[in-house]
Amino acid sequence: MAEIQLDNVTKRYGDGYEAVKDMSLDIHDGEFVILVGPSGCGKSTALRMIAGLEDITEGELKIGGEVVNERAPKDRDIAMVFQNYALYPHMTVRENMGFALKLAKVPQAEIDEKVEEAARTLDLTEHLDRKPGHLSGGQRQRVAMGRAIVRDPAAFLMDEPLSNLDAKLRVQMRTEVSRLQSRLGTTTVYVTHDQTEAMTLGDRVAVMRAGVLQQVGTPAELYNEPANLFVAGFIGSPAMNFMPATIEGDRVKLPFGEVTLGPEARERVGRAEGVRNVIAGIRPESFEDAAMVGEARDSGATFPAKIDLVESMGSELYAYFTVEQERVESQELAELAEDSGVGEVPGAGGEGQVVARLDAASKARRGEDLELWVDTNKLHFFDADDGRNLARS
Amino acid sequence: MSTHTTREKLLWTIAILIVVFYALLPVLWILSLSLKDPATIGDGRFLPQDWSLKNYEQLFETDAFTYALRNSIGIAAIATLISIFLGSMTAYAIARLQFPGKGLILAGALAVAMFPPISIVGSLFDLWRQIGFFDTWWGLIIPYMTFTLPLAIYTLSAFFREIPWELEQAAQIDGATPWQAYRKVIVPLAAPGVFTAAILTFIFAWNDFLFANTLTSTDRARTVPATLAFFTGGSQFEDPTGVISAAAVVVTIPIIIMVLIFQRRIVAGLTAGAVKG
Repeated sequence: MAEIQLDNVTKRYGDGYEAVKDMSLDIHDGEFVILVGPSGCGKSTALRMIAGLEDITEGELKIGGEVVNERAPKDRDIAMVFQNYALYPHMTVRENMGFALKLAKVPQAEIDEKVEEAARTLDLTEHLDRKPGHLSGGQRQRVAMGRAIVRDPAAFLMDEPLSNLDAKLRVQMRTEVSRLQSRLGTTTVYVTHDQTEAMTLGDRVAVMRAGVLQQVGTPAELYNEPANLFVAGFIGSPAMNFMPATIEGDRVKLPFGEVTLGPEARERVGRAEGVRNVIAGIRPESFEDAAMVGEARDSGATFPAKIDLVESMGSELYAYFTVEQERVESQELAELAEDSGVGEVPGAGGEGQVVARLDAASKARRGEDLELWVDTNKLHFFDADDGRNLARS
Repeated sequence: MSTHTTREKLLWTIAILIVVFYALLPVLWILSLSLKDPATIGDGRFLPQDWSLKNYEQLFETDAFTYALRNSIGIAAIATLISIFLGSMTAYAIARLQFPGKGLILAGALAVAMFPPISIVGSLFDLWRQIGFFDTWWGLIIPYMTFTLPLAIYTLSAFFREIPWELEQAAQIDGATPWQAYRKVIVPLAAPGVFTAAILTFIFAWNDFLFANTLTSTDRARTVPATLAFFTGGSQFEDPTGVISAAAVVVTIPIIIMVLIFQRRIVAGLTAGAVKG
């Protein structure tokens, strides 16, 4: 068990492309840290540098307090779970899991014992003598996990280990991974592009974009106090709604009306001098059907909206409505849209479409007008130029 | 296959039988010749009138053929082993690494393979006489490797490319040195390729007549194809057709055995289950 420290680590390829830029991250002993970001953000490269599969161009990597930049993967005492599992197809499950121990010249009796114990944990006992080719996707995934845990390494590195499973199994394995990690207490770095996975699994989550670490924090911190537009848009599902706004004192002009900031929000934003153009971010759950609000009504503002579409999830409703606004111009938002694929859908994602999460009992109907309420304490504001959260500047 | 009609199956069967018959006819003819009594060798019948093993007895009467067989097996086996060993390492480097001169190596290998053997055999003869390789095993093994290595490199690099790189990285992380990862993970997975290359190399060395005939002079290194050419009949008026046929049958046996052994290893989908999708 060990802590992992990245000190200003940079990865530059031969053609000058920087996959990871000046990344510093301290991962404490026994911590479960998630690296998350859209594809191509450098998260996998960062993980592979920790593993020793990629050279570090600049900066220092320490595992357990020792600089390991120049050490081969085998001398770093880490175990890795690959996205495609990378099981040895010519070996049985037992041999796959015992391979590392065998290379380390551990006595056969001890190998058997450890492999069987790991197999019990992962419910693989009856498959020990089968080859990976005869296993289902979920079983293969467990073998890959088993191969990592039998070694009792200083750290686990996981590169999107669940992305090849179908949705239901993924949720199941997610709990499994989480339980396993907390039981073993081994330092774990986990890479994923799925923000739900990141939020549910991690002690801390590190959000990356274009090779740059955006924000590191607990899931709650990322959710409630996103450092910038990118983090705000990336974390949360459905994503935060963005719209242009102007702040003047404690009055905020939003596309659907002018509201007075709640005390919490005012404190976060601070005293703005004069009129300031910003981008407002409102999470879908900060809206509510005005008829369902009750006592909290005073801490927010109400406005009418014409509902375009209602999606019922059973436990809640997602109501979509459009607001008159200029398009929010931001490179970070454009990138987010591109990553999630909405950039390619005409009319979606941009152009003032807003989603609100309403109580399941709401009477929201498609095509009808509805009085909506918005919690003015939960508004986020971002600098229109550099995307930073005003609360953190 | 269940969609095939009876008619289609019938046509396929007939077509396959024709091809098999066409391919095996000469082999059967030689087998028939080798089993005929020397007196009836020219009777033109497909099935021997008198079945006899006389030709085979005569074949092993002298040591010449036994020596030739020993030379053939030894030379072909050593040439195969070294070719596969060197070829697999080269192919591995070509499949996995980016290094300057990679294209040159591949082009060079191809150029060597295209070189007509007859054009170098004369100078090799002189060279081998000078440096003492003439009429030795190595004198044959080296030129055989020259022609089989390109083949091995091409076949094996194609197979190595199919192996997911993650497997090797997984092995490295599991604590394997590059050599261990290569030997315990990559080579076993490339086994079909290794065996394909081995069979091709072995057959090339086994069947070669040109070098074997030119670069040897005695039983010390002369291989079976060359030895066959030196066979004489029982008397000067007798053609050794029967004995040559018998020898031809005997030399085919090791090849058949080798193919049968290795064929079981040449199964597709050996890497199935390594990675998802």
